[in-house]
Amino acid sequence: MGDLFAFDRVTLSFAGVTALDDVSAQLPQGRLSVVAGTSGSGKSSLLRLCNRLEIPSSGTVWFRGTSLSSMDPLLLRRRVGMVFQRPTVFPGTVRENLLAADGDLSEAVLGDMLATAELDREFLDRTGDDLSGGEAQRVCLARALACRPEVLLMDEPTASLHPAASLALEATVKALCRDHGVDVVWVTHDLAQIDRLAEHLLVLSRGRVVYNGAPGTPNAKPALDALTTGEGD
Amino acid sequence: MGHGDVNALGLVTSLILVAVALAVSLGQQLRLERDLIWSVIRAFAQLIVMGFVLAWLLEPGRSTAYSWLWVAGMVAFAAWTVRSRAPEIPGLFSIAMVALTAATVVTMGVIFGLGVFPMEARAIVPLGGMMIGNSLGGTVVAARRVADELADKRAEVEARLALGQSSREAGKPYVRSAIKTALTPRIESTKAVGLVFLPGAMTGLILAGVNPIDAVLVQAAIMYLILGTVATTSVVIGIGSLRQLFTPDHRLRRLARRAS
Repeated sequence: MGDLFAFDRVTLSFAGVTALDDVSAQLPQGRLSVVAGTSGSGKSSLLRLCNRLEIPSSGTVWFRGTSLSSMDPLLLRRRVGMVFQRPTVFPGTVRENLLAADGDLSEAVLGDMLATAELDREFLDRTGDDLSGGEAQRVCLARALACRPEVLLMDEPTASLHPAASLALEATVKALCRDHGVDVVWVTHDLAQIDRLAEHLLVLSRGRVVYNGAPGTPNAKPALDALTTGEGD
Repeated sequence: MGHGDVNALGLVTSLILVAVALAVSLGQQLRLERDLIWSVIRAFAQLIVMGFVLAWLLEPGRSTAYSWLWVAGMVAFAAWTVRSRAPEIPGLFSIAMVALTAATVVTMGVIFGLGVFPMEARAIVPLGGMMIGNSLGGTVVAARRVADELADKRAEVEARLALGQSSREAGKPYVRSAIKTALTPRIESTKAVGLVFLPGAMTGLILAGVNPIDAVLVQAAIMYLILGTVATTSVVIGIGSLRQLFTPDHRLRRLARRAS
């Protein structure tokens, strides 16, 4: 099976900071990949390269064998959806949020989108102010799904959620990957979450790759140990 | 003072309310004293210079080309002011120059083309100043608000971009809000004309002995032109600023947050 994303000698610098330093790595298709690292390790920057919210200072990012720089960024972003760390519900109702992704969605499809994100259809008329953190993040997931993406980029989506809401969101996204064939790249620094989710693991430290492969191998352990000691901050 | 003459005593008397403002600032620890004193001195110096320039421009036989040159200088200064108020927006000086020049050419073309006023120095400079001065407030607010909104709501803007929205689409709600803020004071003052205040041009014409109805018609024409100019320049600056704050491949540039 080919690569979902491949990073070929990618460096990303901005405002005098090198977020990624000569990174070469591949993320496989058809699996839930976890990108792990401490704060400031470059994991979110790596994710933002995948939908061209950032572009590399040097090197190339490939998506299913095509260089991202040759792709239309607007079409790419509809194929590669993203859910951010902080739930960002737009002003207006949940219905308006989903229509911001695709204005042609029918009421039935809007309901289906919410159902996939495990929210009741009644949420359509609610506004962001009426939602809990977990519900708001599910609305953001449903909104990303409204573009019918092939890939979901999850940038520490449970960071601001309580444990029960986190576990529930993890289960929803795992089901999307398993049952709907959506490739998922999930960024986290939470070891327990890595254990629960990772089918492929990429660990970054100070903008460099320290592990890339299957989780649970003897080589993965020292890379993950660095997360608990905070090395790489 | 009966015929518009102000002596030194009259000028000093007019500063009484500024003294009140200073006292309020000191009493409430607003720390506006320096700005207040500086603005009073600077305005006086600028008006004195303006007075001498106008006197020179109005000398019999002086070519109106000098008046137009003065207006061009006002446009450049206004564009520079807009740029200095929102320095994080690349290329803002050029956008402001184009917007203000186009607006000035159109409005002055209407005023002189339709013969509202004769095309002479005593009309060119004050009317140019009126158009550019009124536009300046709106354009500064529009540029500043677009930059602030996009910096403050970066997460929201990027969430929109991540849905495949173009930079224009993603920035639309914030530009709309910025333009609305920029235009509201002008719209409100247009609504209040005649009820709350009598505009300067009309007052001047009536004091100069022009029939009040004729003065009202002239004032209405000027007011509509000002409203149109402020609206046009604010929209151009708002949309232009938005374009400058995104890259051509629809990424939001990094913006420094200004300390309030």
